[in-house]
Amino acid sequence: MKIVVCIKQVPDAKDVKLDPETNTLAREGVESIMNPYDQHALETAVTIKEAVGGTVTAVSMGPPQAEAVLRQAISCGADAGVLVSDRSFAGADTWATSYTLAKAVEKSGGADLIICGKQAIDGDTAQVGPGLAMRLDIPFATCIQKIRSVDASTIVLERMMDDGYDVLQSGYPLLFTVVKDINQPRVPSLKGKMKAKKARITVLSAADIGADPGCIGLPGSPTQVVKVFPPEPRGERAMLTGTVEEQVEQLVDKIKPYLV
Amino acid sequence: MLQIDEKLCIGCGICEDACPFGAIEVVDGVAVVNETCTLCGACVEVCEVEALSIEPEGGRPVQADIESWRGIWVFCEFIGGELAPVATELLGIGRKLADDRGAQLGAVLLGHMTGDSAQTLIGHGADVVYRVDNPALELFSDEIYEKIVSDLIVEHKPEVVLAGATAVGRSFIPGVATRVDAGLTADCTRLEIRAEDGILLQTRPAFGGNIMATIVCPDTRPQMATVRPKVMKALPFDQNRSGEIIDVAAVPRQLTSRITVLESVSEQQARVNIQESDILVSGGRGLENEQGFELLGKLAEALRAKVSASRAVVDAGWIPYPHQVGQTGKTVAPKLYVACGISGAIQHVAGMQSSETIVAINRDPDAPIFNIADYGIVGDIYEVIPKLIDKIEEKRGI
Repeated sequence: MKIVVCIKQVPDAKDVKLDPETNTLAREGVESIMNPYDQHALETAVTIKEAVGGTVTAVSMGPPQAEAVLRQAISCGADAGVLVSDRSFAGADTWATSYTLAKAVEKSGGADLIICGKQAIDGDTAQVGPGLAMRLDIPFATCIQKIRSVDASTIVLERMMDDGYDVLQSGYPLLFTVVKDINQPRVPSLKGKMKAKKARITVLSAADIGADPGCIGLPGSPTQVVKVFPPEPRGERAMLTGTVEEQVEQLVDKIKPYLV
Repeated sequence: MLQIDEKLCIGCGICEDACPFGAIEVVDGVAVVNETCTLCGACVEVCEVEALSIEPEGGRPVQADIESWRGIWVFCEFIGGELAPVATELLGIGRKLADDRGAQLGAVLLGHMTGDSAQTLIGHGADVVYRVDNPALELFSDEIYEKIVSDLIVEHKPEVVLAGATAVGRSFIPGVATRVDAGLTADCTRLEIRAEDGILLQTRPAFGGNIMATIVCPDTRPQMATVRPKVMKALPFDQNRSGEIIDVAAVPRQLTSRITVLESVSEQQARVNIQESDILVSGGRGLENEQGFELLGKLAEALRAKVSASRAVVDAGWIPYPHQVGQTGKTVAPKLYVACGISGAIQHVAGMQSSETIVAINRDPDAPIFNIADYGIVGDIYEVIPKLIDKIEEKRGI
């Protein structure tokens, strides 16, 4: 089975802290990491490969330094890495990103199964996975929390819903996105690390994938950011004082409108 | 491409600090942009000498029939035999947008045995309800929903399409947007019509809620957005409102899916849909152990609230994942959020900062949660909460 995993390099939210004075991001020393959900997607792909055979190719659209997450993917069991990188991709929204990834997947020989993280933690849109499936005209399912069974022709999945889960059955090709409940990503082995170090990452430019310049990057994006601004500060901020009894008394007074 | 005017740039470094991606660096007194730039525009906004600008090259051609798209539509989710609350909430904002635009408000209702739901939608503001009631829609299917909604959009050409950012909406709506070649903005917290040209201004938190971004789709239709539950307010039901119900028959081509839904399981523990609750009592590591949630349960009972949690305690196995608030959990915006023993890491704050009122109880006076709390109590959870429960019950006259 040909399995493709989509991976995004994102700033490590763990390192990002709010500056309490200005309420803005203090991003000093923020490192780039593999999007956490994508680690679960990769683990899912490698597990399926181990069960039914095949190859796992990690694909990422990003700047040249995103190569690092592809090497990390190889160290965790991916067989190959494809970096889709071109200055002209900058500013892509989810529409242009899914277009670009679809072109890259087609260029790389297609896939029987594509696995993505539920969303990236920097944008939180959860739109690229479904968009990619639509462009490749393959069915998709989002927020998969469990694989019940998988073989070369059929896969049975549990999809997380707001108040429970759905059980889905599909053949291939298929794209699904995963939540973190699905598995515990493995730690790279020494052998994996050696392999990752030596691996050749395929780099594809806009021309390589035959992208229509009108469909990529900022110019190809239907959505445009017109304004960026800090969130409105929250209203009254009061540290209550006095004995615990007094503080509790004040608090209940303040939240009285909610006691219906 | 981000353009930096080296003549105007004074090398102050404000853009460097504002860039969420670390893409700008001041080198020899001039800002220099590197490959990680995503053209988000944060630097352009903060530059005091207007040395930065984003020049879209080429740009998208304006969709030829853009003028013929009219009306505001809301996809009204019907699941588990009832309307999702977010459906009427979206009709509330949809009504305002339709009035501002001088257009009709359409509701799209898909499901099986929808009963008087269409009438409910009219009572909450819809002018027209497109109802597709079919046994094949009893369980949610991405593919079937996507085809029906996409086809309706192509046929009727609404200018704006809104949907709830629920499990269902966040799943199939991106598929619809791709099919109809529309821009889609996820998780909007504010929607308004720009007076001068009637374009939909879509505002959403970005970067874990640390910046807000206003997004437009100037050249394509429809303009599509999802909105989280509880962000918008439903209009009160008015039984005298009138509207038209159009029954749309699904065609066989629309009712096939390459994925089969074998069953839909409603879990008791997951039934706590924390996004729908007006009040949340949320616990973190400061509870010290699993038993802490018994105490929170009692407080939740007193407040008629539901219990949520931070990631740390979900990871520790004290409470299941559906309760988790934050970047890797659920985003909530209740009227009242009571954070108990939660330090307030940015990932947690990202998931609850839109709450109307935030109360924080924590032993550590320096916990970051107090920076965003409206009311803070520094103290021991096990001392404060029992007293709080007593006081609430006293107020309620129990």
